[in-house]
Amino acid sequence: MTPILTVEDLRVWFPGRVATVEAVRGVSFEVGREKLGIVGESGAGKSMTGRAILRLVPPPGRVTARRLVFEGIDLLGASEAAMRRIRGERIAMVLQDPKFSLNPVMPVGDQVAEAWRVHSGASWRESRRRALEMLEAVRIRNPDRVYQAYPHEVSGGMGQRVMIAMMLAAGPDLLIADEPTSALDVTVQMQVLAIMDDLVTQRGMGLVFISHDLNLVASFCDRVLIMYAGRIVETCRAQDLAAARHPYTQGLLRSLPRVDRPVAELAVLERDPAWRDGAGA
Amino acid sequence: MVFRRGGHDPGAVHAVRDVSFRVAEGAAFGLVGESGSGKTTVLRTIAGLVAPVLGRIAVAGRTRGPHRDRAFARVCQMVFQDPYGSLHPRHTVDRVLIEPLAIHGLAGRGEADRRVERALAEVGLGPSFRFRYPHQLSGGQRQRVSIARALILEPRILLLDEPTSALDVSVQAEILNLLARLRRERGLTYVLVSHNLAIVAHLCERLLVMNAGRAVEELTTEQLRAAAPAEPYTRQLLQASLGYDRQAAAQLTTFD
Repeated sequence: MTPILTVEDLRVWFPGRVATVEAVRGVSFEVGREKLGIVGESGAGKSMTGRAILRLVPPPGRVTARRLVFEGIDLLGASEAAMRRIRGERIAMVLQDPKFSLNPVMPVGDQVAEAWRVHSGASWRESRRRALEMLEAVRIRNPDRVYQAYPHEVSGGMGQRVMIAMMLAAGPDLLIADEPTSALDVTVQMQVLAIMDDLVTQRGMGLVFISHDLNLVASFCDRVLIMYAGRIVETCRAQDLAAARHPYTQGLLRSLPRVDRPVAELAVLERDPAWRDGAGA
Repeated sequence: MVFRRGGHDPGAVHAVRDVSFRVAEGAAFGLVGESGSGKTTVLRTIAGLVAPVLGRIAVAGRTRGPHRDRAFARVCQMVFQDPYGSLHPRHTVDRVLIEPLAIHGLAGRGEADRRVERALAEVGLGPSFRFRYPHQLSGGQRQRVSIARALILEPRILLLDEPTSALDVSVQAEILNLLARLRRERGLTYVLVSHNLAIVAHLCERLLVMNAGRAVEELTTEQLRAAAPAEPYTRQLLQASLGYDRQAAAQLTTFD
């Protein structure tokens, strides 16, 4: 596997007057043309890892890494102008809630068309035509009507599909999806995942899928990184997640209620302070 | 508890149409469906936050009147979805818990103190939490305060609207265990709304599946576990909640 993205010893921290908060503490991984899941609870640093790759950590946050290389480009050394060309066009990001990611005063179709126009330099007329095609590609049944709709007029699932259509416009090599389906109903979630799945298998895109849902990641991704307190505590193949060895991963899995495996009482996770420093694996 | 609702105004949006179910005393009943299915509207109607157009709601043998009354509040309390939005940011935990007691004229100093301490202990919070503000609490602790607030009047019925959907899975497990224990110890009756079939199956014995404002199917948790729902909609929901499957995703249909 030739990696699209190589991350070595990535650190993100926020200096403060009283104390420095370390959000990500030395994370290393590679992403190839595959579906890589990053799971963990809130505060584990998974979103910050995704943002740091695109250099989107808000100030006063600081990012360092021994290596942060995307297809031969050093992302930390790249100029801001070079980053603007990479963002969206070569590495795209889909965020959790379409309500906050779409422009509320612009029809969603125009937003997709704008994305296409910016990346391809095509005319508005051509971009509109392509936008309709992309809305169709994400299985929106009535693209002409949805094109004219404003973000508040579309449902959550529809909004998320529009976000993916915008991302499709650029045809990126790597997609970072941060909880892209957690605001969606399960059946809509399946459809949105299927679209991303096809992009990976048919177009050879790499996918970093950030989620808190272990069952979903186990069934959807190829490989999984489990993060705890800013570190990766375990890496395994998604299908082997049930056999994970780290007590944190095991605890998370046991704390989930399951339809097919009833239990009288759910296991409660006992956190070991030593896990913060990488013990337990 | 008997619940029935219908409506025939041609221009209106029917959030809920012709839904009927009964919940026995001491039972836990789940309402499951996707967004827009009307499950939360049903719960809010029982709580008296939405007035039904037609139909009848009876709690403990008494038909629910058009207005909220205190006697009803003593019997039936609600826990809301978002513990970040449902607690007043400038009220301490103590004030949050004393308010229902004051409204019901139970706030004699010694009595109120005793009840507040007991309610906190029951939800697993020590007395040190009593004078904290919501921003000093984690999400799980806030939801514990919401449950304590619902329990402080010693109701017989708790209406639970997605009580763990804003929480991490490990915290969710703690809250679900707490709800199961409280029900066991106090003989409470639960009506739980959730989009998550696994949570409903964990906590409830029977459930009603809703879609587009209508009741699709009422079944027991055993029937759900045996993967034997009669309705295709329920089967699809069950399949989708077991995890991602490319083949299954291609075959999803819309039920309106």
